[in-house]
Amino acid sequence: MSDTTPLAPMQRSPLHDEHLALGASFTGFAGWQMPVRYSSDLAEHAAVRTAAGLFDLSHMAEISVTGADAGAFLDVALAGRLSTLPLLKAKYSLLLDESGGIIDDLIVYASADAEYLVVANASNRHAVEEALLDRQADFEVQLADLTEQLSLIAVQGPAARAILEQTEGLEISDELSRGRTLDSLGYYAAMGMTWAGGAVFIARTGYTGEDGFELYLDNADAPSLWRAILAAGEPNGLVPCGLAARDTLRLEAGMPLYGHELSRDILPVQAGLGRVVAVDKPRFVGKSAVEAGPAADARVLVGLRTEGRRAPRADYPVLAGDTEVGVVTSGALSPTLGYPIAMAFVHPDHQTPGTVLDVDVRGTRVPATVVALPFYRKEA
Amino acid sequence: MSVPDELQYTAEHEWVRLDGDIATVGITQYAADALGDVVYVELPAVGAALTSGAIVGEVESTKSVGELYAPLDGEVVEANQGVVDAPESINSDPYGEGWLVKLRVSEPPTLLTADEYRTLISA
Repeated sequence: MSDTTPLAPMQRSPLHDEHLALGASFTGFAGWQMPVRYSSDLAEHAAVRTAAGLFDLSHMAEISVTGADAGAFLDVALAGRLSTLPLLKAKYSLLLDESGGIIDDLIVYASADAEYLVVANASNRHAVEEALLDRQADFEVQLADLTEQLSLIAVQGPAARAILEQTEGLEISDELSRGRTLDSLGYYAAMGMTWAGGAVFIARTGYTGEDGFELYLDNADAPSLWRAILAAGEPNGLVPCGLAARDTLRLEAGMPLYGHELSRDILPVQAGLGRVVAVDKPRFVGKSAVEAGPAADARVLVGLRTEGRRAPRADYPVLAGDTEVGVVTSGALSPTLGYPIAMAFVHPDHQTPGTVLDVDVRGTRVPATVVALPFYRKEA
Repeated sequence: MSVPDELQYTAEHEWVRLDGDIATVGITQYAADALGDVVYVELPAVGAALTSGAIVGEVESTKSVGELYAPLDGEVVEANQGVVDAPESINSDPYGEGWLVKLRVSEPPTLLTADEYRTLISA
């Protein structure tokens, strides 16, 4: 057995002491030392599917874009149309390079008038900032990196709403809620709350395939809110969850992870993200490449299901007969479904659900059936 | 972190319990914790002749795959079907029900002591 994880020197979350007190095991992730699990990956995964899980995502990068031109700037800098995003709504978007390759996938919130909050992957924080700075020349906007000031706490699972409603001291802010409540807050909508006198920006977003919320607030107020949500959640079955459970949850939900399903070598349409690109915008970085499209034989993202218990893993070859036709990007034995699932890029001839291929699992050929994504969908 | 004094250890985070010429082999609690919940185990077949350091099986969690190395030369006399059927016993009882294989060895091994292994994992 060998499993080495360098632990220092790495950035620590403002919630680090909470994780230590909860007995977390840590892993290095994009330069941050973050909880990989507190008890059991499977138990944490199951809690999110059946009750709720509490995640520290403070490593995620937050960049504010403010100014009169903020919407127009983002329309050019990003693949989606953000200028028409209504106040207190969120949108999933992509940052493309000139070749149409994906620099990062992002959530953008219209957080206030002439103000957007762009949330990027920790691993791409500097690449995103560099690209945004490069693209801001003609616009009256100010960019600010808030990553070091803001903590991000996610509460995910069917009991998430009830738990936040029962978190004493977490109140809806009259000025930034527009009459919304936790109950009436729509998917990909946001509002303001208060905690300990400070502002909390809360959105009904997540990365687990369940109902849930993400809460952004100042570092100083994060530990007390974390503890309060844990206390309110305990009777509801909430447990703290690490990055291991987050990864299996997002995989079941068919959500891409940058560096696995997304990269600069992949055009959005190959990853099934064509809908994210507003091609009718007059101009945005990557437009001509996206319009030209990928080569006819460019690989496309599919779901795979295999028998047995040995999961296809990232980088394993996908075969049709003796021909290599693709490669696995993520895979695991699905905790919810009980069989191995994977995402893979395959030649477009082999993308139809029902197609049977093979995955080379460390020298053994394992039959794999192409299936539609997502693997798991919560009950409506 | 449990590191029983009466066992011997390898740098690959395996433990060996010697009883006459029979060596029982498993992975340490440190390794089991690093892997997370074990969901699949592949063990060498009974009768197989193992060479120290060779990859002879694997221990897979939802998160990652760990290779199982032969900690010493020997012939497999028993493989733990219980752990194949219930891989989670590696997490719950790595030094007991979570044992993996028993080997017949020709000479007593010289592996790491419990103290040496504790030093290794605290480094």
